[in-house]
Amino acid sequence: MRAKHALLGAAAALALAPAAFAERGSDGQVNIIYWQGPSTMNPYLSGGIKELEAASLSLEPLARYDPDGNMVPFLAETVPTLENGGVSEDLKSVTWKIKPGLLWSDGTPVTSADVRFTWQYCTAEGGGCSQSEKYNDVADVETPDELTAIVRFSVPKPYPYGPFVGNQAPILQAAQFADCLGPKAPGCTSANFMPVGTGPFIVTDFRPNDVIALKANEHYRDPEKPAFSTVNFKGGGDAMAAGRSVLETGEYDFAWNLQLAPEVLDQMAAAGKGEVEVAFGTLVERIMVNFTDPDPKWGERRATADHPHPFLTDKAVRQALSMAIDRDLLTEIGYGQAGRTTCNVLAAPEIYASEANEGCLVQDIEGAKALLDQAGWVPGPDGVRQKDGMRLSMLFQSSTNAVRQDFQALIKQWWSEIGVESELRNVDASVFFGGDPGSPDTFQKFYADVEMYANSFDGTDPEAYMANWECKQAPRPETQWQGNNMPRYCNAAYDALVAEMAKTGKMDERIALAKKMNDILMQDYVILPLVHRGRVSARATSLGGFVMNAWDSELWNAADWYRVK
Amino acid sequence: MFTYTIRRLLIAIPTLLVISLIIFLVVTLAPSDPTANLPLSIPSEVRAQMREALGLNEPILVRYLLWLRQFFLYEPLHMLDQAFGLSLAGEDMQRILSWQTRSPVADLIVQRLPQTLWVVGTSYVVGVLIALPIGIASAYRQYSWFDQIGTFVSMVGFSVPTFFTGVLLIVIFSVHLGWFPSIYDTTLRVTDLSTFWLQIKQMIMPVAVLALYNAAQISRFMRASMLDNLNQDYVRTARAKGMTERVVVLLHVLRNSMIPVVTVIALGVPTVFGGAIITEQVFKVNGIGQLLIIAIQGGDVPTVQTLTFIFAVLIVLFNLIADVLYGLLDPRIRYD
Repeated sequence: MRAKHALLGAAAALALAPAAFAERGSDGQVNIIYWQGPSTMNPYLSGGIKELEAASLSLEPLARYDPDGNMVPFLAETVPTLENGGVSEDLKSVTWKIKPGLLWSDGTPVTSADVRFTWQYCTAEGGGCSQSEKYNDVADVETPDELTAIVRFSVPKPYPYGPFVGNQAPILQAAQFADCLGPKAPGCTSANFMPVGTGPFIVTDFRPNDVIALKANEHYRDPEKPAFSTVNFKGGGDAMAAGRSVLETGEYDFAWNLQLAPEVLDQMAAAGKGEVEVAFGTLVERIMVNFTDPDPKWGERRATADHPHPFLTDKAVRQALSMAIDRDLLTEIGYGQAGRTTCNVLAAPEIYASEANEGCLVQDIEGAKALLDQAGWVPGPDGVRQKDGMRLSMLFQSSTNAVRQDFQALIKQWWSEIGVESELRNVDASVFFGGDPGSPDTFQKFYADVEMYANSFDGTDPEAYMANWECKQAPRPETQWQGNNMPRYCNAAYDALVAEMAKTGKMDERIALAKKMNDILMQDYVILPLVHRGRVSARATSLGGFVMNAWDSELWNAADWYRVK
Repeated sequence: MFTYTIRRLLIAIPTLLVISLIIFLVVTLAPSDPTANLPLSIPSEVRAQMREALGLNEPILVRYLLWLRQFFLYEPLHMLDQAFGLSLAGEDMQRILSWQTRSPVADLIVQRLPQTLWVVGTSYVVGVLIALPIGIASAYRQYSWFDQIGTFVSMVGFSVPTFFTGVLLIVIFSVHLGWFPSIYDTTLRVTDLSTFWLQIKQMIMPVAVLALYNAAQISRFMRASMLDNLNQDYVRTARAKGMTERVVVLLHVLRNSMIPVVTVIALGVPTVFGGAIITEQVFKVNGIGQLLIIAIQGGDVPTVQTLTFIFAVLIVLFNLIADVLYGLLDPRIRYD
């Protein structure tokens, strides 16, 4: 009798335990909606954010980033660092240890051979791997034993966490993709759609751009997780409808990327069925200033360093343009709680954000006017300032997007108040960002005086991002108009800092260098940052365990999700 | 009639080839880039490699000829293989692959056809079934109250865009009343009464929106055609012979009035296969229409090319069917 009572008591205690202790698959189905449906589950073949996020339910890297931007080990036991000896003193190799006992969803063990294979898969000739940049400079991946993988770089890597870290570089199963190397990669449809993974869920039915059905991975490392037995991952529609299905009708539990007008989102959230989740990554909406002359009279050499810009090379003009902008108003109108004002192009992670440029937060029309007066730019008969017959008249381009056109109109108004004339132009995003060297309308060609768009960087390390404004990165005919230095900024002191960062391994020194580079760009008014933009998603109130993450997949901790009872 | 059909079918071959070339040129020469929608953090060299892997570096003529061979030779062979478990297609016979999903375009179409046919097809049938009686009654009692209301409803159905009526229905019936789902579940399998009821529930709103639009168009045709016939001499003769109004209208007038309407209905069938881009998007039906619009946005040339070409084939085919039907319905028309 006693034993029976004890058992009953234990059963009662279990029943009363919070949902977090629920057994695997006890919470039924979770419904996720992405208004852009994923077209494949293989992140190496697409590169689109929607595919990276969907794949993160099944495929995992050695380490992910947590909501604060710190690395947390996933398949690895620990994150290797210089301090724990995982990273070699010469910064040329990293040793990863895989957690023992890990199984793929087909029941076979995860080994270092899979890690090595993933590197080979993404760097195979003719495969068109979209994440091959993550494996840059990897000379070899050695596998001394089943659970150890040593990544050897051909050059010192002060930040060696490109390969196998974050949702862009998850581990693939060697057995499944062995015959899919290089040009054969796209032909492996069933592997690309239903990858064998280590994540909490695995695909049971994949319909590209429409719906993905997933079920709990029975070999997942934590026997109690995931709490949900199935996932219904729907794609299609638009951001408005996706938001409505979570916040107003309650049909779905999670809706991704709700770029909607702030008042629309607030109105939906007022229905009380869900909450809006915001997290800030590295995305900054900015205006780029062209240091070169885009005048068509220069023919082939227009917008190159051969022909400096007639008035934007004057720092006073650039500074006045920045002072005239009311960043608070732009943020409020365009992004609401999904944006915050910033005076840095490197606005995050927190540790890298400089505090030296906060002056830009206050609009100063009078100050801007005075500055231009001082520099000799005086208002002409039509109110537009001029000097030596040169009028301050500009072409301001951006991509076609409702918020950007609102911004353009507001900024045009402010600039006209300080006596700068601007003509507005918008180009369809697929052409603007398309990178076609034959098109005159791309953001790289920059056949305009100023242009506005947003950019960010992957992961938390800004080294590659800050190298964007190195002199040699300027797009020009010799580079087929490729490159990231849109302003065509060229400063030897800046380039020296870039080179120094490439060989500095100590964290605090790297932070100081990155801040210094940001301050040079800001105080020289090369880039005018406007808004630090966040990711906005919506979560049903009944979805527990969700933690919004801007540094990795938003579904990064789907294993911990549960149903609030 | 038979030789006529054969002749028309033969003429269709060069027509379709020209159409396919025009579609290919339009789609290929349009300024779009399959890597344009990727995050800016992916560098341009990687993008160039991706484009190369898609075969974008080949000359245009080579790409066109490859597509022709894939469409007319490889795809049919693969389909036969799948249907009968044969192995006619060789290892090197690459199927037409979508650039976005990297999977065969034919599979995508097969996957999406059911929901498109269910929703758009049902709405077409429902639309026709509503339109015919309304058209007949409106014509018979021209300028009556019924006719006025019918005209008004058709005007509304014809001129109010589906993205407005669709969202309106969602706001009323999903958000406020909570009767129907706002998101179509394409994975739903109808196995018993309860799943059948779910299927009906999720189809009601998109079908209603599209049926209103279709009915508006067809009922106007029906009414006009009936009016033409009601004033003919043979109608007066039929009445003079003492036939009942029922027989006169439903037998004599209706049969003659149906001739042009049947043509219109037949010509509308290809649009059913084309899906309803906007309505599918509004209700997340994710059928052929949504596939096409996503492919266009993503610069997915093989998918756009294959889909539009299939539409072209259907349009040519149903034009022929309409012509043949015309001959069958109207004894005065002879093609031979």
